[in-house]
Amino acid sequence: MNYMSKSIEEIHEALKSGEVTSEELIKESLQKSYKLQDECNAFVTIIDDAKATKVTDELLSGIPYGVKDNYSTKGILSTGSSNTLKDYVPFFTATAIKNLESKGAVAVNKTVLDEFGMGGTGTTGHTGVVKNPWDHLRMCAGSSSGSAAAVAAGVYPYATGSDTGDSIRKPAAYCGIVGYKPTYGMISRYGLFPFASSLDHCGALTRTVKDAAIVVDGMKGIDKNDMTSFDSKDMHLYDSIDGNVTGKKLCYIKELCDINMYPNADDELKAHLENFMSTIEKCKSLGMDVEEVSVDETLLKASPSVYVVISCAEATSNMSNLTGFIFGPRSEGDKWDLEMKNYRTKGFSPLIKRRFVIGSYVLQSQNKDRYFHNAQRVRRLLVDKWNELFEKYDAVILPVGSGPAKKLEGSKDALDKNTAALEDHLQIGNFGGFPSITIPNGFVSNLPVGVNITGKCYDDINVLNIAYALESSMDYKNQIAKEAK
Amino acid sequence: MNYDVLIGLEMHCEISETNTKVFSGARNSFTENSNTNIRPVDMAFPGTLPVVNKEAVKKSLMASMILGCEQPEYLYFERKNYYYPDLPKGFQITQETKPAPIGSYGKLVYECNGEEKTVRINNLHLEEDAASSDHYPSGSRINYNRAGVPLLELVTEPDFHSADEAVAFLETMRSIYQYAGISEADSKKGQVRCDVNVSIMEKGVDASDPNNWGTKVEIKNVNSFGGVKDAINYEIQRQLDLKEDGKYDEMEQQTRRWDEESGTTIYMRSKVDAIDYKYFVEPNIPKLKLSKKWLDEIRNNLPRLASERKETYINEYGISNYDATILVKEKPVAEFFEECIDLGANPKSASNWITTNLLGSLNKLDLTINDIKLTPSMLVSLIKLVDNKEISSKQAKEVFAECLTSGKEPKDIVEEKGMKQMSDEGEIVRIANEVLDENPDVIVQYKNGRNNVVDYLVGQIMKKTRGTANPSIARSTMASEIEKR
Repeated sequence: MNYMSKSIEEIHEALKSGEVTSEELIKESLQKSYKLQDECNAFVTIIDDAKATKVTDELLSGIPYGVKDNYSTKGILSTGSSNTLKDYVPFFTATAIKNLESKGAVAVNKTVLDEFGMGGTGTTGHTGVVKNPWDHLRMCAGSSSGSAAAVAAGVYPYATGSDTGDSIRKPAAYCGIVGYKPTYGMISRYGLFPFASSLDHCGALTRTVKDAAIVVDGMKGIDKNDMTSFDSKDMHLYDSIDGNVTGKKLCYIKELCDINMYPNADDELKAHLENFMSTIEKCKSLGMDVEEVSVDETLLKASPSVYVVISCAEATSNMSNLTGFIFGPRSEGDKWDLEMKNYRTKGFSPLIKRRFVIGSYVLQSQNKDRYFHNAQRVRRLLVDKWNELFEKYDAVILPVGSGPAKKLEGSKDALDKNTAALEDHLQIGNFGGFPSITIPNGFVSNLPVGVNITGKCYDDINVLNIAYALESSMDYKNQIAKEAK
Repeated sequence: MNYDVLIGLEMHCEISETNTKVFSGARNSFTENSNTNIRPVDMAFPGTLPVVNKEAVKKSLMASMILGCEQPEYLYFERKNYYYPDLPKGFQITQETKPAPIGSYGKLVYECNGEEKTVRINNLHLEEDAASSDHYPSGSRINYNRAGVPLLELVTEPDFHSADEAVAFLETMRSIYQYAGISEADSKKGQVRCDVNVSIMEKGVDASDPNNWGTKVEIKNVNSFGGVKDAINYEIQRQLDLKEDGKYDEMEQQTRRWDEESGTTIYMRSKVDAIDYKYFVEPNIPKLKLSKKWLDEIRNNLPRLASERKETYINEYGISNYDATILVKEKPVAEFFEECIDLGANPKSASNWITTNLLGSLNKLDLTINDIKLTPSMLVSLIKLVDNKEISSKQAKEVFAECLTSGKEPKDIVEEKGMKQMSDEGEIVRIANEVLDENPDVIVQYKNGRNNVVDYLVGQIMKKTRGTANPSIARSTMASEIEKR
């Protein structure tokens, strides 16, 4: 049986017609979960006793999906891929997951992430490295690594993700699938383990743009438990996709996309940017206007630092609740502060600890203005710049990263200065809370690469429509990973 | 004394009059049962988010207005980051002076030993309380009922010059909080806690110039008004002793704590060890615009405070300053009094009953006005029974005592006990003659000049009527009837 590699619409039809049952789908998805677990280590928990649900007119009813392990799930282990919560079983469910449950969606596993979402490699979770299903020697990127790997491998049509800098949209590109984070506040964050609250978004990883719309339709909604959530009941994402993009105006940024900006470009980067330019041609052939615009390079290059300062500052504070007193494995110690110190020293990976030190440093009273407040000022400048672009253009279209998935061995998390802005521009979507979607747009070195489309806040339908039209003009829709030998 | 004393206060008062906590849906009510008023957010379970309680904001705005403070255009909250076992999130949601808190720069006129004084308010902010801990020899226990209870922190300028002034101010504030329906402000329930700043300076120098101020010593956690008085007086003496011994100049700016048991202040830390709280704006609470309409609505409906009511009692009801002061001391008493007047009671009679009988009984029985069954309407009908001469004032006291505990209507008690005063003169004449007929020898004594036998005969009337005869009618009737013999 091979229903899990189909689109949600197709699976729904099969369920409706009685061709297949929810039980059978769950069985297939669990089998594929175990297989992928052996190959890529994508899951923290596989939910063997997942229960079938009644098939209704809801597109998601009866269909299995994956939950990133930083969403609270009642009665099911939720670790955030951290040793500090390795035994934590929440007694309440995140609102977004509850919303999916109410539509009859069936969670079959919890997927690995970089510890608490604080990483972009899929190598820092407490259960080990997540491998890319296209090439086991490469990374998935992160932090929604397990979700991206599982969707790409055809374990199910979708999984939830969360995105603070690019944690949905980067792994989607590396795994050849679709990753969509809607406008900030469209999906409630209640029950999502926080990383940096002002940047954290919930979202979905799927294999088609329509599926992304269906899933986010299912997750979204104003929530009395999240003051930053907004009412979107009049926004019907899936129903609004018509593929009509004639006359839409797009722009891309010269400083990021022009190969001449990278004197030391390797072959993969060259191929990636060339491929991007051919995607731009596709857009034009679809009837869209695409223009190259210029943005101050100093501003673009400041983005990664702004991200580090703000996200680390918020993370330091957000994760101060992890003391081992109320939840998590309590540590030994003669006094409460020693107990806490032991718990945190043992529990967190070195990467996270480094970020806590940075976060603490930039908030200290003697540094706060220089670092934290300046970062907030530059965040505002970047958001203003993008909003200025949105006055003239329907969306900004840019390549994701500097090429295909990086090798697990030999590549550092440390950044190459030349391509830093290209690697990290997706963060601007988090700074502004903009709707942003990545879709696959080809192959470089036999590995998938992606392109990103970002629009102004609350203009999700427009962004989805452009992505849908572009997806339909290319051959990468609903592709399943085949390991490159 | 060759020195002037400068005292500033930080008064923390829980807002007790909201249904729920300030950022949580848990109940806000004092209870002896530990750990019963808790929602997940109060224990900082991962993924929980704060939601602002509008009612708590409203109460804070009321306090801000009463204190003549400016209200901000936008409401922000900030995180104050520090680790402590009673602070589950590892930060407290509070307000700093930048951006503007719920109230800035006000002043309050209060009375101290019959003199009017003014204190400047630096700011008023709304924050959440921490959990409370109980310490035992075997270890400590944390009670999360208090975690998240709304707390108003009021910071004064150093405008007090004696412990008496500081305490008089605190008593005025307590009355304001009670009258405005903001808080019970009950120190016994731990609802009021103070930090006190004390410094001394040479007499006669310009106190408005901070350069002339002495070294500031902050005393933390003084939890009763008596404690505030003792702590200030102890600290003044301690600092004077240092001057005396020539050691004052060695004293550094410091934080001490008040130790109630020993009646002393104990060194905690110097200013150089001050904690850096790494404040930053709480990202989970969007800035809230305080509309002019809402502010006006709150301002126009501010409740009448003690001082205003006292003026009315004196000027409109002709009640003495002494009694009016007693009536407004506790809000429930003033409310009881005003309800009596609304129900048509003579203000002076009501005032007399309340200030003497009612408060006297409460004092004797160690009850509060909320504990008794006597209602204003009962007191009013009792007053009317006396005014209409239906019962004697002596009987009224008996009825009052029973009303207090039984809750029966005075009329019913009068009926049950057959107390109703007999005012029918014809009937009293008849009974008087009956008594005279039965006591011919007493008439003879009277005729012989022993006028005081009339008392005995009146007593006989009272006996025959079981005390219900109106005593003054009985007396005048007997006097005239015996003359006729």
